[in-house]
This record gives sequence, structure tokens and C-alpha cells, in this order.
Amino acid sequence: MPRRTMIEAIRDAMDVSMARDERVIVFGEDVGFFGGVFRCTQGLQAKYGKSRCFDAPINESGIVGSAIGMAAYGLKPCVEIQFADYMYPAYDQLTQEAARLRYRSNGDFTCPIVVRMPTGGGIFGGQTHSQSPEALFTHVSGLKTVVPSNPHDAKGLLIAAIEDPDPVIFLEPKRLYNGPFDGHHDRPVTPWSKHELGEVADGHYTVPLGKAVIRRPGSAVTVLAYGTMVYVAQAAAEETGIDAEIIDLRTLLPLDLDTIVASVKKTGRCVVVHEATLTSGFGAELSALVQENCFYHLEAPVARVAGWDTPYPHAQEWDYFPGPARVGRALIETMGA
Amino acid sequence: MADAGMLRFHVPEPEVRPGGTPDFSNVPIPKAGSAPRPEIDVDPRTIRDMAFSIIRVLNRDGEAVGPWAGLLSDEELLEGLRHMMTLRSFDARMQMAQRQGKTSFYMQHLGEEAVSCAFRKALAAGDMNFPTYRQAGLLIADGYSMVTMMNQIYSNEADPLKGRQLPIMYSSKEHGFFSISGNLATQYIQAVGWAMASAISNDSKIAAAWIGDGSTAESDFHSALVFASTYKAPVILNVVNNQWAISTFQGIARGGSGTFAARGLGFGIPALRVDGNDYLAVHAVAKWAAERARANLGPTLIEYVTYRAGAHSSSDDPSAYRPKAESDAWPLGDPVIRLKNHLIQKGVWSNERHAQAEAEILETVIAAQKEAESHGTLHAGGKPSTRDMFEGLYAEMPPHLRRQRQQAGV
Repeated sequence: MPRRTMIEAIRDAMDVSMARDERVIVFGEDVGFFGGVFRCTQGLQAKYGKSRCFDAPINESGIVGSAIGMAAYGLKPCVEIQFADYMYPAYDQLTQEAARLRYRSNGDFTCPIVVRMPTGGGIFGGQTHSQSPEALFTHVSGLKTVVPSNPHDAKGLLIAAIEDPDPVIFLEPKRLYNGPFDGHHDRPVTPWSKHELGEVADGHYTVPLGKAVIRRPGSAVTVLAYGTMVYVAQAAAEETGIDAEIIDLRTLLPLDLDTIVASVKKTGRCVVVHEATLTSGFGAELSALVQENCFYHLEAPVARVAGWDTPYPHAQEWDYFPGPARVGRALIETMGA
Repeated sequence: MADAGMLRFHVPEPEVRPGGTPDFSNVPIPKAGSAPRPEIDVDPRTIRDMAFSIIRVLNRDGEAVGPWAGLLSDEELLEGLRHMMTLRSFDARMQMAQRQGKTSFYMQHLGEEAVSCAFRKALAAGDMNFPTYRQAGLLIADGYSMVTMMNQIYSNEADPLKGRQLPIMYSSKEHGFFSISGNLATQYIQAVGWAMASAISNDSKIAAAWIGDGSTAESDFHSALVFASTYKAPVILNVVNNQWAISTFQGIARGGSGTFAARGLGFGIPALRVDGNDYLAVHAVAKWAAERARANLGPTLIEYVTYRAGAHSSSDDPSAYRPKAESDAWPLGDPVIRLKNHLIQKGVWSNERHAQAEAEILETVIAAQKEAESHGTLHAGGKPSTRDMFEGLYAEMPPHLRRQRQQAGV
């Protein structure tokens, strides 16, 4: 089976979708001729023409707002916001327009758009190229929010997102584009070409939205993670020797609560990990759901490991990033509680 | 000489406030028929002055004059008059229904009926409007059911939107009327996107964006003009300048630009100003812009100069911020009376027939209202179910919503 980086897998997902359905169009800043600053759309304009893959003005509300109009017409736009940190001008269009169009018009108009955006830190991007705004989307009725953690899933989830009849926010952990980064920033990263999840089948396949996957079966404690934190949690489990069951959520909304609850009822312990800031983060929702659904099975308080409640700093990137040492401490404390 | 004193902060003010004498002497009104009618493929740079003038067809004697006249038959004009009268009558009944507590909220069109009624007749079937809350004439003039509109206003059991939307936030894809959001300006860039999609699909349909003078200050307005200009989208960019954004006079949004139409000039978009109370002028200019769009000549910006004679909404009291008699002093008159006078002048209408038509229309509106009320009003009779609240958010209800619906006991 061919191996692809996450960038190549994402590109392949759009390529496959554009070939299968001429309603699928791709646009965004630097997306057309150049192929995107992370190269995710490279070659698509040459292959499908300027009507189906083109450059947009630097105007995120314009990109999303026009995509909504295109979707109302009957196209299926898959647009790129260059960094998740740049999405705020489009937030009004996403939350009050895309998210509610089906509902408010009782299905008269629908909004099948995908908004891709690189998320998370670890590339010395400072406060405006490192954010993880997933909770700002999961809090909004009407959106779906997806965070893939590897090339295989990225392709299947993106195709599923493009084929979905409703708006999907597709957050791409940029630190995973080239390999499964585990938080050890001082060590080389294994490239996807040497990782089994870098195996990406040719052609069409989907990974269904709303289905989590157990990345590491274990019996001692459940770790709920997504994106980059899946590998950080794996490193923490190996380094502490704790038999953690690591769940890669893949889709935050709709959430696969059944998989979470089954695991926590089995292990009796739960650590929630994300890179986004702690307060009102998606981990708060996960923690509450675990408490509501698994209270009588819990042997320790649900722990959260997250980014500190500060803006993402530049020089202090690795003090900020919730790396394997912090996750490991949380695992040890949860086991000792 | 440069003013070297302290910096002074500037806040524009309208000419007159409550208690003062209305004064529109600062609104220059060109003579009807005086504006040229350029070819649709005109170089926009050569008609920049049209962004500062006003295209008018009906003169003070009720005659249709100049190069923009002569597009509509007597039958079409009589139909247009009926649409405007129907909208006015509909508004009056629904405003009253709101006062009677049959719904929570209403927004009327008084004084602005020509804009949406005449515009609709310049579009073709399949074209799509992205309206604000004050273009119900698009629906009336397209033959949309008044009963259905009222069902929506009453949020009753027959409301096509299942009670989810504020009154008057209609949606009808079939009638080329995009779902009204209730947010301001968001629909402007969406209209451009819809038009881009039509061009991408090599279709022949065009889009029409709608916005009020106040909301042109939103960044989505700028986004729309950038995208429309860049991609030469087949879209008509309508700005309805009714002088007032709730209590804020148009100068606060307009700033130093002179006119709202002039906003188009920096984008190379042909920009026309038109007498918004002149049914013939609105229709003729809209038709010109529609032909341009359909001929791959790109967007046109149109500013309709009109006056909001009524309150902003049922929650608003204009006497708190503008002279009571200001609408009487508005120099462009009333759109219904002007078209009526034109038709009388042409010999195809009379005061008697007008009064008779008014009575007939009122009867039709009352009959529609009775039928709608048989399906319930906001606080009485049939209404959408609690279950409707949970449905239709996603194509397929996700598990968390199913659980919540269960908790709600529905």
C-alpha cells in the first residue's frame, strides 16, 4: 500500500473527491497556482482548472461567506483557512450562517461546506500560528468538528467530510503533517513513510465521522486525546509504563460517547489531554460527560492536561506545549489517587 | 493654512432632530429623464458620475420621461401598482396583528415598496435574491402565498420554518428568496458566492445581494465588493438607502464618501444611484444590471435612494430621533402615489378604480389572514411542536441531540 504524508493524504482526498464529483471546488489563500502554504492543494488547479481550484483574496469571512452562497447554489466547496488562528473574521459566517442555514430555513437551503484549517503548535508559530480553537466550534449547534491524527484517517475523514450534507470544520494538526510528533521536540520525528498509519490506500474510501478509535488498548487508565496529543499520550504511556488505553476521538462532534464510556467503565480512570487552553476547553466537556456517565465506575478524579491559559508563546513554546512529561505526571497521579 | 490647534473629534449629525423643521435641501434631486442610459458594456470609468446623481423616470406631472422610460407595458405597470398596494396592505394588517399580540415582532416597508416589487420583475425564474428583512415585495411580486408568509409571521402549526425563525425571516428557494438570517450584511457576500457558483457551473442564473445603508459599514460588505470585483461575479449589489439605520442617520455609515454608490468605484464596479420611490426607474436600472450580469460583464452596484416612512420595526419609535413630519417632506414622494398618478396621467387608471382596488386588496389580505389564523397565532391555537425544535439541525440527528430530545420528553 502506498505511504503518504498527511499533506499528501489530504491532497489525495480532495483530488479523489474532485474527480468523483464536479460540484466539489477548492479555494483559499495561496491555494490555487501555488498549492497552499503547506502544499495541501498542490497540483489541483493544474489538474481541474481555475474554475474548481483558485486563489482567494485575504479575507476569511469572504472565503467562508462565499462558500456558503456556493453551497446554497448546489456546489460543495472545500475551503482552506491558512491557519486556524486566522478563522476569527469568518467566525460569524461559520457560527450564525453555515451552522444554522438548514435549521432556520427548515431544509429549504443547506450548507455542505468543509472548512479546512491547520491547527495546533509546535512549529514556533507564536500566538497567531499555533492556536487550537476546536472548542469554539464544538460549542456551536449545527457544525461538525473533525481532528485527524494520521494520513490514513485524514484522507478518509476528509472525503467523508466533503460528502457530508452539513458544514464540517476540519482541523489539521500541522505538527503531524510530516510525521507522528510525540512531543519530544529534541528528537527526530519518524516520517510517515515509516509509520503504519502512513499507509494510505489509493482511490476512494471514507472514515466515518463520529467514530473514535482505540489507538492503544490498555486496562489501567483511559486517555482521551485527538490530533497531536494521541502520540504524546502514547509516549507518556510507554515512558511511565502505565497500561493506558488511548482513545483517538477523531471527531469531536458528533462525539463517539459509547467508545469513551465503555473504556472508562473498564479502566475506572480517565485522563483528558488537549493542546488547547484548559478553561472551557473541549476537555471540560469530555470530563463532564465521563463524570455523568461513569461516576460509579471512577476510582480517581478525571484529570485534564491542556495548554496553559495563556496565549501561545513563541520562545516558551515547549514550556507551554503539554508534552509527554506532563501527561506522564497526570497518568501517575491518576493511578495513585 | 494648516490648523495647528488641538485635535478635534468629529461625529456627524443629521441636519434636523425632533422638534426641528425637516430639511432635505442637502439632497440634490436631478430632473427626471436627465440621466443618460449607457450601453451595458460601458467602461465603468466613464460613468463614475452616475454614482453621485439619481436616475429618475417619473416627473412631477406623473409622466415617464428620458432614456430609462418605456420598458413596461400598461398591464405590467398596473400589476406593479397592485403588488405595492398589496405589500402596503399586508404590512398594515400584520403591524396591527403584532400590536394585538398575535406575534412578537414585525417590520414594514412603508415608503419603500417600489424597491423590492419593481426589482423582482427585472429578474428571471431561477435567479436568487439574498434579501434583508425589508424586501418582502420580492415575494409578493413573485406570487408567493400571503397565507404562507403569515403562517411564518405567526409561527403557527403551518409555519414552513417550524417556528424557528423570527417573524418575517422568510425563506423560499422556489421563489428565489434566500433564507433571511437576521444578522446584518452576512448575506451580501453569500450572494456573491452564489453568483460565482452559477458562473463556475456555466449556468445562466444571476444573484442579487441586498443591504441597507447602515449595514454597508460591515466588513462583509467590503468582502462582497472585493470578491464580486475580483471574479466578475454575475451579481447585482443592491444598497437600499432609506436614510435611517434604526436611530442612526445614514451619515454615520457613509462617512466622507458622498454616496453609498460611490463605494463601488474603488472596485471598478459600475455604480448607479436610482430614485427608489420610482417604480419605473427601479425596474429599468435593475434590468440594466441584470443584463450586464447575464452577459458576463460582472457586478453592478445600485443605490436606491428612498425613505423609511415607518418605524424600523414594531419595537422602534422614530419620533425619538427624527422630526415627525420628516417623511412628508421627503422630496421623492410616495412610490404608490407616484405610480398611481402616472397611470392616471396615462388614462389607464383613476382615483375611483384605485379606491376600489384598495378595498379589494384589503379583502384579499383579510381573507389570507383569517386562513393563517385558523392555523394559530404565536400565543394561541396550533403551533410547531417541541420536537420541531430538535429536528432539522443536521441532516441526521447526532446522538447527543437525540439524548437531549429524550430528556425534554419529546
